Amino acid sequence: MNVTTAGARLVGRPRYGDRALAVATGAAVVTILSMLVVVLFDVVRGGATKLSWEFLTTSPREGMTAGGVLPAIVGTVSLTLLMTIAAVPAGVATAIYLTEYASRRSRLARLVRVCVANLAGVPSIVFGLFGLGFFISTVGRAIDRVAYDGEAVYGRPCLLWSSLTLAILTLPVVVVSTEEAILSVPRELREASLAVGATRLQTITYVVLPEALGGILTGTILAVSRGAGEVAPILFTGVAYYLPYLPTHLNDQFMNLGYHVYVLATQSPDVDRTKPLLYGTALVLLMLTLLLNLIAIAIRARSRRRSRAAA
Amino acid sequence: MAAPMTAHTRNAEALGERGSRSLRRRGGLGERTVEIAIQLVALVSIAAILLILVFVGKEALPLLTSAEVHKEVTPLGMLAPIQRSGESLYMWQPVSDVAKYNVIPLIVGSVKVTLVALVFAVPLSVAAALFVSEYASERVRELAKPAIELLAGVPSVVVGFFALVALASWIQAVFGTEHRLNALVAGLGLGFAICPIVFTVAEDALRAVPRSYREAALAMGSTRAQSVLRVVLPAAAPGIAAAVVLGFGRAIGETMIVVMASGNAALLDASLGRSTRTITATIAQELGEVVVGSPHYDVLFALGAMLFTATFVVNFFGERVVDGMRRRLGAGS
Repeated sequence: MNVTTAGARLVGRPRYGDRALAVATGAAVVTILSMLVVVLFDVVRGGATKLSWEFLTTSPREGMTAGGVLPAIVGTVSLTLLMTIAAVPAGVATAIYLTEYASRRSRLARLVRVCVANLAGVPSIVFGLFGLGFFISTVGRAIDRVAYDGEAVYGRPCLLWSSLTLAILTLPVVVVSTEEAILSVPRELREASLAVGATRLQTITYVVLPEALGGILTGTILAVSRGAGEVAPILFTGVAYYLPYLPTHLNDQFMNLGYHVYVLATQSPDVDRTKPLLYGTALVLLMLTLLLNLIAIAIRARSRRRSRAAA
Repeated sequence: MAAPMTAHTRNAEALGERGSRSLRRRGGLGERTVEIAIQLVALVSIAAILLILVFVGKEALPLLTSAEVHKEVTPLGMLAPIQRSGESLYMWQPVSDVAKYNVIPLIVGSVKVTLVALVFAVPLSVAAALFVSEYASERVRELAKPAIELLAGVPSVVVGFFALVALASWIQAVFGTEHRLNALVAGLGLGFAICPIVFTVAEDALRAVPRSYREAALAMGSTRAQSVLRVVLPAAAPGIAAAVVLGFGRAIGETMIVVMASGNAALLDASLGRSTRTITATIAQELGEVVVGSPHYDVLFALGAMLFTATFVVNFFGERVVDGMRRRLGAGS
């Protein structure tokens, strides 16, 4: 008799209830994952025929029933790029403050943590209202008054304000991911650096941040994926349904993949004719965000394995 | 690995030459400046929360203070019914000749759709969390967890689109619903979207239950199922409650899924098969078309402020529980 069967006898014979619970909970996992598969399958099946080089590189034609989605792709990419430029430095700095500078009992640090957590839970449509009320009506109008004699240059919806609104929305993603990565840097590395005479900032820049790069990258990618898929915050802060030009200035309006899907799906006068284009656009957006998520998962898994191997 | 080490040694040498007076060097003026900058940037999240509160509230304020606005709508008028031929009517009709701004149908719509989402997503996600934390092998767990979290990577507009073009037809074929787009379709779409957050928080809660609880239950002769259901699950109850609360907060604030899948008619009833309109969808659809500063505009911002307050309170308590749990989890392992 080996140890496991003896153990099994000690804890009582496995009963039907045991099996049933394992099967039922396992079925829940399978159900959730099959929902994902169903959504993916439906979008891929509907959009695959539409997907072509031409679809990705031309503008829509004939009242959105033909042509491609190039302007929406360019708009989405510029939007998330600007968002990243604002969100990543701010998020990384916040994480550095929380982990390296704030003392354990600091009230300010606790307040920052509470705010970051609550920021992550603010409904995205409220960010849209905020962007309109703060960035456009307040900051933008003020810029116009001071620099442009009251002409509406920045006091209207545009790329800049949409990006900044999204940057605030995605800030928590960057902070949480970076903080986790910085916390997993072994203390010995910091101590070694300080012991040979490096200052605190030198220790952070040359020792801590390079070690935490994987986590910062994961957070950035997840933020980009989130930003690329959000529609509600940009509804009133800069997105346009159709533009004959690509955005080139910060105060230009822009097209967006998610918004394109929304408008085509809900306001198109002839749904049957726009449906292939609609599925194609949804597929492009889905591929973009899922690909980014998969990359983030892969990076995270790799850095976890590495830190486990080191420990 | 190589790059940081060389940089770090180079620095150490440079510092060694100058000799260090104290064990821990203080930085120069440049370093102090950078440190202060980092701390200032860290305040951005606090500023963001305050600014959201102030600027969403500011646009809603005329609703309380302006006599001009009160000619068209008052806060009380947003809640109380209109009496017409002996009937009490709750109506949201902001663009009719006599604008009506009763928010009760919208609140009921939001709550209805959110409840459908929770009823659908919570049992499924908690059961999945039980499987991953109690039954799955290490390898299965490392595949299942990211896979479920991948659901969060599907943009809500894509979920809404799927619900609109595919799910709605299936639901109508099966249940014969009165309207094609309805509370049930929107709720199921929302349920899909909140599965990852409920799952993640619930799984953390289950894993935070100390091993010794399970061992004690098994040692006293209970089966695995008994230990899971009667010991582990009750011990994780606060965390699972937090998962539900956070799922609620996420669902009630979600916009794109409901705007696409709920049908958006502000009907006041409990039916799941009929079209419904939520607070978020109302803001999304109407704000683009109102005159800035009009009473309608103020009312929409008031709805936003209401939503912000509700989710803030819900998340605040949810996060507090999760925070305590994570601390125990960290201390235990």
